[in-house]
Amino acid sequence: MKLSYSESEQALAAELRSWLAQVLPELPPRPVPGDWDARRAYDTGWQRRLYDAGYAGISWPKQFGGRDASPTEQLVFLEEMNRAGAPYVGVNFVGNLHAGPTIIAEGTEEQKQRFLPPILTGDEVWCQGFSEPGSGSDLASLRTRAVRDGDEYIVNGQKVWSTYAHIADVGELLVRTDPDAPKHKGITWLVVPMHAPGITIRPIRTIAGTTEFCEVFYDDVRIPVANRLGAENDGWRVSMVTLSFERGTAFVGEIMEAYRLCRALVELAAKVTRKGGTAWEDAGLRRDVGRLAADFDALWSLTIWNVSEASRDGVPGPGASVLKLRLCEAFQELADVGMRVLGRAGLSQEGTGEHLVAEYLRGLSLTIGGGTSQVQRNIVAERVLGMPKEPVWTSS
Amino acid sequence: MDFQLTPEQTEFREATRKLCAGRFGIERLRAGEGAAMDRSMWSELAEFGVFALRNPDFGLGAAEAALVFEELGRGLIPGPLVWTHLATGMGLGAVVGGVERPTGPTLIEHLDDLDDLVVVDADGLWRVDPRALAGRPVAKPLDPLTPVALVDELPAGERIGDASDAARWRLEGAAFVAAQLAGMAEALTDLTVAYTRERRQFGRPVGSFQAIKHLLADMLVRSELARTQAYAAAVHLDDPALGGTERAVSAAKAVAGRAAIDNGTASIQAHGGMGYTWEVDAHLYLKRAWVLDATFGSSDEQAERVADLFG
Repeated sequence: MKLSYSESEQALAAELRSWLAQVLPELPPRPVPGDWDARRAYDTGWQRRLYDAGYAGISWPKQFGGRDASPTEQLVFLEEMNRAGAPYVGVNFVGNLHAGPTIIAEGTEEQKQRFLPPILTGDEVWCQGFSEPGSGSDLASLRTRAVRDGDEYIVNGQKVWSTYAHIADVGELLVRTDPDAPKHKGITWLVVPMHAPGITIRPIRTIAGTTEFCEVFYDDVRIPVANRLGAENDGWRVSMVTLSFERGTAFVGEIMEAYRLCRALVELAAKVTRKGGTAWEDAGLRRDVGRLAADFDALWSLTIWNVSEASRDGVPGPGASVLKLRLCEAFQELADVGMRVLGRAGLSQEGTGEHLVAEYLRGLSLTIGGGTSQVQRNIVAERVLGMPKEPVWTSS
Repeated sequence: MDFQLTPEQTEFREATRKLCAGRFGIERLRAGEGAAMDRSMWSELAEFGVFALRNPDFGLGAAEAALVFEELGRGLIPGPLVWTHLATGMGLGAVVGGVERPTGPTLIEHLDDLDDLVVVDADGLWRVDPRALAGRPVAKPLDPLTPVALVDELPAGERIGDASDAARWRLEGAAFVAAQLAGMAEALTDLTVAYTRERRQFGRPVGSFQAIKHLLADMLVRSELARTQAYAAAVHLDDPALGGTERAVSAAKAVAGRAAIDNGTASIQAHGGMGYTWEVDAHLYLKRAWVLDATFGSSDEQAERVADLFG
């Protein structure tokens, strides 16, 4: 067992640090929250800089413009980006980390040439059309219908939780092509041009007051058959291949975010006065924060464990669900401690509480998005611990 | 970076697991309740290398020690294992116990079985003759396999280590006890999974119900985090250049202590009425978890330490 970085990993870190030191001061100011066009320009501008420096798609194979980075090198990359306060992957997330890897695995030559380069250069932004109002945790029950008409599919239905759909160029879309087949067997994966006629996009207002999520209505939208990834009715499998691409690094950013929140909380607590001292002098608070910081340390160790496992075997172990479960709940607990320290200052989303309140509200989505914690627990129990399937419940 | 077991480490871990399961099964351990320590077991552990494995002739590191202690925890092996391990090579007796210097009367584990007692304080390590202490054995210890005696006052003792030795013992002790607790948390997960797959109610295994599954998933989450952080702490001990050793160790002890205790509670719950019986092993793990949590800094104290190091 080794936690120290190899010479080549250290060299990559040093190279990234010096590049970041040079490029970060040149960046334009961050866009105002809610200005989605500005956000797109900012995030894709960053993607372009990554591309020009040879860091775009760092974990993608070389033949598709990537760097073939090992999971450990990917971890080094994410660590350095976070440490330096570089912009997040942002609107480039779906393209770089989901659609791109799926096309690499399942796409035809033409599809690879058409779709991969603009992801790396930041010229095209992707969104995801998977969830539906009636298909959340039970995604495979999706009902958005695609009917073949010559060289095209005609799509009708509704998608929801499509992040950045309002500024995306293309989307990965799961549709039902065989309504009579068992639910996992009648699904097809399509690339949808988001400006096609018949598409209506409405932003959703979240409890945090933000509008990054959208609902998308498809009304006789025509999509070329050439945009189909994999075979007709094989879309469920196609959508699953990508899960193995994150190689243990999926939550690196979120753990870093948790540490940032810890530091913000400690700084705040040292300023808040309570009973003649500061809140940070309260042993109960220190214990709460210490316990959570210890959990984040353990989550970071588990991340390194998972990444090392993926570097060795090429496939991630069951660690990702385990990690997500505790990380998301620990984050919420930390933000809850933050609200308690803020006290009445937390009644405002501006000033002292700005960051903490926003993270508290955002944190509530973590145990829902990407598989609810309840579904994660089922997955861990059934697939990792091998527990028998849940019986169909009857009230009798 | 390669934070995975080497083939040798895997082999070593397996060998320890086999030793525990094969030679010191739960029946043999349970038979030791209320009796003097099983010295032949202690000799076998010594022969295997549990105590001397980091001595130059064995040449292994803290990582291997953590793997051994994880398995000893899984096997519920009783006795002052970590203390004797730390004392190896100092010319003390075969069974060495220890305690943080108390401010008043204190309970000492296994006092009647000790050849030597080491008292740790900020100034150093102090050898005390356990036979010279007027310890009063407690009739009803929490853990039936960890007898304790009440001692009113500890003498200063003979100095056998300086302040830096004491700091090292505290650090290594916390890391290895964390590994033991992690192994116990894992054992609790395993035995609860096994029981809830077999136990049937409403015509099906209770482990098929989500209410039980979610409890099991949480047990696995706790034991996985305890295990990886205990390994990380040990790797930090082997490679101090990484920096942050104290924080890694404190986090390991804080996480592992809660993991073992919370998994013990959850295991008893998942066993239903059987979980409340003496016959099921869950309570033995839970009680031992409290014994070990109280050694080398409780999870509360270690959590505060993490906060101090963080803030």
